[in-house]
Amino acid sequence: MTEIRWHARGGQGALLAVRTLARVAINHGKFAQGMPEFGAERMGAPTRAFNRISDKPLSLYCGITNPDVIIVLDTTLLDAVNVTEGIRKGGTVLINTNRSADEIKQKVNKQIGGNADARIYAVDATGISIKELGRPMPNTPILGALVKITGGAIKMDDLLSDIKHSFSEKFPPKVVDANLNAIKQGYEQVRPV
Amino acid sequence: MANKIAALTGNNAVAYAMRQINPDVVAAYPITPQTEAVEEFADFVANGLVQTEYIPVESEHSSMSACIGASAAGARVMTTTSSAGFALMWEMLPIAAGLRTPVIMYVANRAFSAPLNIHCSHDDTMGGRDTGWIQIYSENAQEVYDNMIQAVRIGEHLDVRLPVMVCVDGFIISHAVERVELLEDDVVRKFIGPYKAVNPLLDVSKPVTIGAIGLPDYYTEHKRQHSQAILDAKPRILEIAKEYAAVSGRQYGLFESYKLSDAEVAIVIINSAAGVAKMVIDELRAKGHKVGLLKPRIYRPFPKEEIRDALKHLKAVAVMDRTDAFGAGATPTATEVSAALYGLPKVPLMINYVYGLGGRDISPADIQGVYNRLFDIAKTGKITGKVFDYLNVRD
Repeated sequence: MTEIRWHARGGQGALLAVRTLARVAINHGKFAQGMPEFGAERMGAPTRAFNRISDKPLSLYCGITNPDVIIVLDTTLLDAVNVTEGIRKGGTVLINTNRSADEIKQKVNKQIGGNADARIYAVDATGISIKELGRPMPNTPILGALVKITGGAIKMDDLLSDIKHSFSEKFPPKVVDANLNAIKQGYEQVRPV
Repeated sequence: MANKIAALTGNNAVAYAMRQINPDVVAAYPITPQTEAVEEFADFVANGLVQTEYIPVESEHSSMSACIGASAAGARVMTTTSSAGFALMWEMLPIAAGLRTPVIMYVANRAFSAPLNIHCSHDDTMGGRDTGWIQIYSENAQEVYDNMIQAVRIGEHLDVRLPVMVCVDGFIISHAVERVELLEDDVVRKFIGPYKAVNPLLDVSKPVTIGAIGLPDYYTEHKRQHSQAILDAKPRILEIAKEYAAVSGRQYGLFESYKLSDAEVAIVIINSAAGVAKMVIDELRAKGHKVGLLKPRIYRPFPKEEIRDALKHLKAVAVMDRTDAFGAGATPTATEVSAALYGLPKVPLMINYVYGLGGRDISPADIQGVYNRLFDIAKTGKITGKVFDYLNVRD
């Protein structure tokens, strides 16, 4: 079982991201959950969301306190929220950022304390999104990055075909293609820090 | 059976079931505290996927009133609500039951204010448990889908003819995506069959009065018949569950027993927290502990005798509710279970917790803590500490 915790700000699309990830997993033979955390939502307020992906049936209807993977959709959360709280030994942190590797490393290490085994990755998902979509929606490119770093839990082709299918119901082909490109860019550009 | 697999929220699963059921009338108040289920269903109506007459009313009091009127007219009727919306329906709930209108209602269980909270508690339907409705509780999206379909048959059964509320945890299940196995549309339609109303108002060849006055000379007889009808629903619910198992491969009972028959200690808990408890039980069983679970499904009628038989061999039991019955000193389910066990020569030692109010997470560690306490009680044969307490709370 892989447990993922998302940290985002209201309006960045974490809800869509967790539901999409769960759907791709379930539609390709896995058991999965996608759980947003609802509160008094305000654009820009810190929010969390959760995913579990497993080969076996899941009945853990509760929050995730010891995630294997932590995704941070907004760099400024590193100064506002202890995003790495409870991370499993050898866990993974994926950050959407355009800041330098050194700066990110320093901020995450400050939070993460003794967990020297953690693997840290960064991708400029907002930058990709602005380039491909013309607006800051880091949720789709970060999914591409996630597929790359989790190596095999979700297949890239499965993600792309799901997005193509589900987005085509709501958006014109131009927007669908821009999102597919954004996901591919996320996959290509994610780097270890 | 090659059932379709889909990634759905609890709300999506309910909307899917409602589309397959294709009721004659849905009356709902579409504003918070409502769920996506009715929003999605309104899309189905607008897109012509169902033939339902959809009535967007101005309040939940009106939605239940419209449901009752439509049901009395002879229609198959459904609605959905939550929390304060449920409370606003309250006046009409015993009327739906007293008139024996088989309205089906989906409730995503959510907390009552104050303080203002949108998250999961069972305040709404636990408060409404004695309004004369049949109540079915569901652990997850799969169960709420299956229960919605069975509810139609249960409510409309000629020996029952009562409204049914199907409950699931708000947000924890209603808004979370998980894997659900769905039946084909024609399988569902064949299973529920057409609705044949008894004495419908619209049958002008046979005029009837519905909602007449019942003064002291007859009121009690009406209540007595209602009381007998809901108690008699138990065997019908089990027959319908058996038929449903034949088409779905999923067997339901009055409650679910998980590793209970040889258990020494157990937890009684409804809805999603039962899922967390099952994972804890698997871990404790692997270490050799004889632990189990009883998850009530049919809460009204409360399966008193069956629950007594399922629990009587235990040394200790913890009953947990996601609501308080303020001032009772015991939660609703603890009161029910105590009454079920009353009169046995040897009664299991019982403790009672309020947990998870207003969406507070219940973790495997919380459940483990309850089992640890049960181990002590079973070992010493006595309860130390509080019999009734709040779990995971600041003092």
